[in-house]
Amino acid sequence: MLNNAVLFIAVTCLSLILSFIFDRRKTIQGVRKGLKMFFGMAPPFINILILVSVLLYLIPEEVILRYLGPESGLTGFFMAAIVGSITLIPGLISYPLAAALLKQGATYAVVAVFMTTLMMVGVVTLPLEIKYFGKKAAILRNFLNLFAALIIGVLMGWLM
Amino acid sequence: MKAQELKQYAWAAMFLAASLASYLMGFRPGISVYSNFLDFFIEMLTFIPFLFILVGLFDVWFPKESIEKHIGPESGIKGIGLVILLAMLQAGPLYGAFPVAYLLYKKGASTKNIFIYLGAFSCLKIPMLGIEIGYLGIKFTILRTLISLPLFIFIGYIMEKILGKEFKVNELEASSASK
Repeated sequence: MLNNAVLFIAVTCLSLILSFIFDRRKTIQGVRKGLKMFFGMAPPFINILILVSVLLYLIPEEVILRYLGPESGLTGFFMAAIVGSITLIPGLISYPLAAALLKQGATYAVVAVFMTTLMMVGVVTLPLEIKYFGKKAAILRNFLNLFAALIIGVLMGWLM
Repeated sequence: MKAQELKQYAWAAMFLAASLASYLMGFRPGISVYSNFLDFFIEMLTFIPFLFILVGLFDVWFPKESIEKHIGPESGIKGIGLVILLAMLQAGPLYGAFPVAYLLYKKGASTKNIFIYLGAFSCLKIPMLGIEIGYLGIKFTILRTLISLPLFIFIGYIMEKILGKEFKVNELEASSASK
């Protein structure tokens, strides 16, 4: 966590300095834009952190371990893939959740397949997707992406 | 407007009040939840503000429009590279990418490149990569990216192979779909 903070602060400072040397006005404009985005997402984000904090208290570590940990095996893996495919959770929310699950003992494979299906497969938005691309293309895309997500999950579990 | 902005923090205010009450009355679960929250909140503050400043700078220096106008019917590495780059500069959920897919289609992008765009949009958006690094670490992010990239390029090829020339993207009311 601390390493991350150092990395982000270093990269941000370096970019700011470089940007400032090339164009002061653009830099100020960019920082304003960024801060505006930050304050726009802060309230819903904080609400989610509250929700995750409560859930983590209510759901004991053993339960997460049993259903998403190493012993959960294929069941946990496919459960994560199904939940990730069906639900529609924005990345901003799912990442802190994923980090919390990892800390509580969920495996990398489970977390990776959950995150990837969330991002790449959308059952809820399928009707909308069909309107854009047609039935065949939309279903095929989701199917292929689900398959890709399973591969990503397996490989991540193996490599991490 | 001002009141509405404050209203967004209603839950946070209630939570803080409940936490304070828990401390005063020694209510264990409340204290425990609050300490969970504090960990998350501090973790968030260590990188999210910086990430958004970076995204803002990126937006100013590399506007999407500058890449968008280069997108056309060209295939090959250059075409793939351009759609991936364009996708990386976006933000938001996947269904927000469908209207852009229509735009690409109109501009003559190939079926393959449209689906590569969707693939890159779903897992290579720069703001999301930043958040991923912050929460799941740089090793996780790089590995996942390296594994995903060839997979969704491959998916693009399969989609083009199966759908062929008949594929088209329909235009919908932009207002209902994009945000």
